Amino acid sequence: MSNREWPLWEVFIRSKQGLNHKHVGSLRAPDATLALANARDVYTRRSEGISIWVIESNNVHASDPSDADSLFEPSDTKVYRHPTFYEVPDGIKHM
Amino acid sequence: MKTMDLQELEKRFQEKIDKEIKIEPNDWMPDEYRKTLIRQISQHAHSEIVGMLPEGNWITRAPNLRRKAVLLAKVQDEAGHGLYLYSSVETLGADREATIDDLHSGKAKYSSIFNYPAVTWADIGTIGWLVDGAAIMNQVALCRCSYGPYARGMVKICKEESFHQRQGFESLVTLCNGTPTQKAMAQDAMNRFWWPALMMFGPSDDESPNSAQSMKWKIKRFSNDELRQSFVDATVPQAEILGLTIPDPNLKWNEETGHYDFSPINWDEFWQVVNGNGPCNKERIEARTKAKEEGMWVREAAMAYAEKRALKKTA
Repeated sequence: MSNREWPLWEVFIRSKQGLNHKHVGSLRAPDATLALANARDVYTRRSEGISIWVIESNNVHASDPSDADSLFEPSDTKVYRHPTFYEVPDGIKHM
Repeated sequence: MKTMDLQELEKRFQEKIDKEIKIEPNDWMPDEYRKTLIRQISQHAHSEIVGMLPEGNWITRAPNLRRKAVLLAKVQDEAGHGLYLYSSVETLGADREATIDDLHSGKAKYSSIFNYPAVTWADIGTIGWLVDGAAIMNQVALCRCSYGPYARGMVKICKEESFHQRQGFESLVTLCNGTPTQKAMAQDAMNRFWWPALMMFGPSDDESPNSAQSMKWKIKRFSNDELRQSFVDATVPQAEILGLTIPDPNLKWNEETGHYDFSPINWDEFWQVVNGNGPCNKERIEARTKAKEEGMWVREAAMAYAEKRALKKTA
């Protein structure tokens, strides 16, 4: 019996036209064609999608959760990047 | 990353849990948390897959095309649910095939309910109503589990399973409004499945040593006995509507507690079935092992084909 497993694929579904593809889970399949076919059966049995992407999991590069503070803290402290930081005189419309 | 001692890491982990922050696959987690989840999620996956067997047996015998289409869809859902759960377990670093081999060797368990046979058509309705009903009660609680991938999987599973329970109940309504023979068949199924369904919630709280830690980690939100009581309270009025008698002479409404009282569970039977001596344990494991072994050539052929095509592309 073979011990080699089929590769792991990450599945992304576009739920309707105009929206992004969103990660929904993963599955195993020998190649991209069967990964798409399996994704259709496993993740779209109730009209969840109109388009599927599959990406082999080992091609996904992720940030390290322990770096999250140093990566994302700088943007938390820059409140002036948001429009609500600024005061405008009363009576100004559409700004 | 600064090196932190284990105690500090564990403290921060528990603080996250207490603040209801979900744990995601690459986050630090205690080994025991990881092990508990691997065991629980893989056994949950096995239950979905083994659970296809008693019902799959009735697909070709369904009484009409509507019931057959429904049963097919339900069994296909169970396969899907098993797959969501196996991919959740892989996010914890577990080897999917190794967990499946543990099922086949008897090392890993699955829900003991699937070791009971489905001998009549009424069993199919009863499984949907009681067995899926009990499973939903458990799974709704797991939607708030602290481990992100498991919780998300549960949300999807719960959405899909609500049809499973309703189709079962509908099928029983039909039988209970049918001929006296049909009604008797429904009652017989109820008599056989009631107690095993209550056992699905697991040992009572004082016999469930890992429960306290699982509650602290928010893997579990309610104890086995709490969930079992909710199930009894929800199910008794449904049985009344069907006109079926619950096979428990001590079942009665308790004004004081606001719950139904019921007889103690036969835990000897529960442990017998969990430990491999139920009516169908051997048959279930044989069927799963056979499926893997005899289907292996298909997996190998698909892999060989994929490799050949990849080679052609690069050539």
